[in-house]
Amino acid sequence: MARVDADPLSAEPSPAEPTAPADDPTAAVAAADLVVPPALVAQTLPEYARAWGARVRNGDAGVLPVVVGMVLIAVVFEAISPSHVFLSANNIVNLFQQSAVFMVLAMAQCFPLLLGEIDLSVGYVGPLAGIVTVQLVEPATTNWPWWAAIVVGLAVVGVWGFLQGTLITRLRIPSFIVTLAGFLIANGVCLIVLSFGPFSGYPPLAGTSSNVAVINHLMYGTIDPTISWIAMVVVVALLAVVLWLRDARRRASGLVAPPRGLTILKIVFIAIVGVVVVAICGINRAHFGTIEGVPWVIPIVLGVLGVWMILLERTRFGRYVYAIGGNAEAARRAGVGLAGVRTWCFVLCSMTAGLAGMLFFSYLGGASNNINGGQLTLYAVAAAVIGGTSLFGGRGRVLHGVLGGLVIGGIYNGMFLLGLAVEWEYIVTGLVLIVAVAIDSLSRRVR
Amino acid sequence: MSTAPQGAPATAPQGGPTLLTARGIDKHFGAVQALYKVDLDLPAGAVTCLCGDNGAGKSVMTRCISGIHAPDHGEICWMGEPVSIRTPRDASHLGIETVFQDLALADNLDIVQNMFLGREIVRRGFLDEDSMERAASKTLAELRVTSVRSIRQPVASLSGGQRQSVAVAKAVMWNSKLVILDEPTAALGVVQTRQVLDLVLRMRDNGLAVMVISHNLNDVFEVADRIAVLQLGRMVVQGPASDFDRQSLVDYMTTGTSSRRPAGSSDPDGAVS
Ligand SMILES: Nc1ncnc2c1ncn2[C@@H]1O[C@H](COP(=O)(O)OP(=O)(O)OP(=O)(O)O)[C@@H](O)[C@H]1O
Ligand SMILES: [Mg+2]
Repeated sequence: MARVDADPLSAEPSPAEPTAPADDPTAAVAAADLVVPPALVAQTLPEYARAWGARVRNGDAGVLPVVVGMVLIAVVFEAISPSHVFLSANNIVNLFQQSAVFMVLAMAQCFPLLLGEIDLSVGYVGPLAGIVTVQLVEPATTNWPWWAAIVVGLAVVGVWGFLQGTLITRLRIPSFIVTLAGFLIANGVCLIVLSFGPFSGYPPLAGTSSNVAVINHLMYGTIDPTISWIAMVVVVALLAVVLWLRDARRRASGLVAPPRGLTILKIVFIAIVGVVVVAICGINRAHFGTIEGVPWVIPIVLGVLGVWMILLERTRFGRYVYAIGGNAEAARRAGVGLAGVRTWCFVLCSMTAGLAGMLFFSYLGGASNNINGGQLTLYAVAAAVIGGTSLFGGRGRVLHGVLGGLVIGGIYNGMFLLGLAVEWEYIVTGLVLIVAVAIDSLSRRVR
Repeated sequence: MSTAPQGAPATAPQGGPTLLTARGIDKHFGAVQALYKVDLDLPAGAVTCLCGDNGAGKSVMTRCISGIHAPDHGEICWMGEPVSIRTPRDASHLGIETVFQDLALADNLDIVQNMFLGREIVRRGFLDEDSMERAASKTLAELRVTSVRSIRQPVASLSGGQRQSVAVAKAVMWNSKLVILDEPTAALGVVQTRQVLDLVLRMRDNGLAVMVISHNLNDVFEVADRIAVLQLGRMVVQGPASDFDRQSLVDYMTTGTSSRRPAGSSDPDGAVS
C-alpha cells in the first residue's frame, strides 16, 4: 500500500549507495557519536564492545543498571540469607513465581508508559479479572469451563480499559486522574463480585473441580521434565534460526546489521538461559515426594513477552505507540490516528494486568478481599521503570518490564528469607525505584 | 542567476493549470487573527515562493493546506474541485507533502522509521524493515545526505541540518503532486542547500507544484516562478517572479505596498485589498 516512488528525484539518478555504515568504522567508533546504537557503527565484536562502553559512560545504559541490580541482589542475598538458600533451585523457582505477577503487571504498564501516560488502575483492575474468572469456575456458583471464565475475565477488564482509554483520549482527561478513579471504582467492584456465592469473600482454588484446578495450575502446575527439555530445545532452535537468517539476510543485502559475532553471542546467551532454567526446574524441589519440571507460569510469562515484543517492535501499531510517545504532534501530522492507538494501549494494559490478576490469585490459592492494590500498582510502575522504561514516553521495551519485575521479586523474596518485616521491603523497593528514576532522568539530560 | 521560465503566460498565473486554489482563508487563534481572507494559487509545474516577515502567517497557511489546522472560513479547490482537507491523511491522499518548519520528527525513532512514519511498508502483517531501509537510503543518497553515520540512528542524535535533510527526504520520497517546504534550507550547509534548491527545480520540471517559504531572498529569486507575499495575515500581492525585484519584495513584506514595481509589469493577479 505504501508507494515508494522517487519520481521527483529521478531526473538526476545517482548511485544509490546505502549511506551506512560509515566507510571507516574504526574512525567512526573512535569519534564515538555516543547516541548511535553500537550495533550500527561496529563491524566486529571488539569494536562493538568499545562503542557500547563509550555509550554507557555517556549515560545511556540501556538494560545495564537492571542487570547489575539483579546480580547485586543475587550476590548479596545469597551471602546473607540463612544457610544461603537464595540461589537454591527451590527458591529460584519460588522467586520466579513471586515475580511473575510483577513481571506481567510491568509489561501491562509498558503500554501507557511508552505513550508518556500512566495507568494507576492496574492494582485493582488486574485482580478484578482474576476475581471474575475464579467466581465463574467455582462449582458452587456458575461452574464454567476454565477457558470461558478466563476469556470473560479478560473481556471484562478489556472493556474497562476501553472506557478509561476513551475518557482519556476523547475527553482529554489526564490519564493520572482517570485511572486513579478507575482504581477506586475497581476496588469497589472487586468487593461486590467477591460477595457473590457462599464464600464470604474468599472463593478458594481448592477442590476437585478440573476447571478450578486449571486456574490453580497457572502458577503451580508443572510440565514434565522431558517435555520441558524438548520444548526448550525447539524454542531456542527456532529463535536461533530466525535471528540468524534475519541478520544474515540484512548483512548480505548491505543493510545495517549487527556483526556476525554478536548474533552468535545472542543465540548462545538465549541457549544458556534456556538450559539453565530447565535444568534448575528439573531438580526435585519438594520436601516430600516430587515436584519437578518447569512451572506453567514460565511459558505463560514468556508467551506474553514474545507476543507483546512482536506487537510493539514488528508491527505498525507498535511503531505508532513509540512515535506518539516520542512526538505526538509528529505522529498526528504523519496521519497516525492518535485516539485509536492510545485507547488500544489502555485496553491492552488492562487485559495484560487481568492476566497478572489471574496469576496473582493462582499464587494465593484463591481470590480474596484482602488485596493490596496500591502496592500492585506501584510495583507495576516501579518494575517497568527499574527495567529501563522511561516515564517520559517513547523509550523502553516490554523485556525491561520482565527484568524489572525480577528485581522487585528478588527484593521481596530476599527480604522474606531474611525474616525482615514488610516495612523494610517497602523501604528498599522505594529506594530502588528512586535510583531507577534518577538514572532515567540523568540519561535524558545527557541527551 | 537564472530565474523563472519566461514565456506566454497560460490561463493560469504561471506554469501549468492551477493545482490548488485557496480562496478567502480565515484563521484565528483565540484573539489572534493569523490569516485574513487569504487567496493563494499554486499552479502545477511552477515554484511559488511565499514570503513575509516573522509572524506574517506563512506557517499557519501551510498548516491549513496540509490538514493540520481547519480554516475558520474559506474554500480550497484541488484541480478545480472543492475539497475539504480535514486531516493530514486527507492531504497526503490528495498528493500534498509538507516539510514543516518544526520538522515534525519523532526524536526516539530512527531515520528510516521517521521517513516512513504513517506509511510503513507492511508484509504479511509485519513491518518490512528491509524494504523501508533500502528505499530510505536511496532517497537520502539522491539528496546527497551522506553526513549521517547510519540511517538507523535515532533522530535525536542528528544535527539540526541533518534533521532538516531527513524532513525534506521524508516529504519528497512519495509520489506527490504538491510539495510544500516551510524554510527547508534554514539550517542547511552550502552543499545541502544546493541539493534542496536543485531538488525544488527538478520537482518543478517534473510537473509538480512546489511552494517554498524562505527568508533568503537569493534563494527566493533563484527558484521562484511566482511570488506571493503575506503581511500580518493578509495576502498583499502575488504574481510572476519577474514582476518583483529585491527592493519591491522587501517593501511588500514590510509595508504591504511598493512604489517600485519594475516598469512594464501588469497588476499582480490575486492581490487582495
Ligand atoms: N498554534 C498557534 N496558536 C496560537 N497562535 C498561533 C499558532 N500558530 C501561529 N500563531 C500565531 O499566528 C501568527 C502567524 O504565525 P506563523 O507561524 O504563521 O508565522 P510565520 O509567517 O510562519 O513566521 P516565521 O517566519 O517566523 O516562521 C503569529 O502571530 C503566531 O503567534
Ligand atoms: Mg513559519
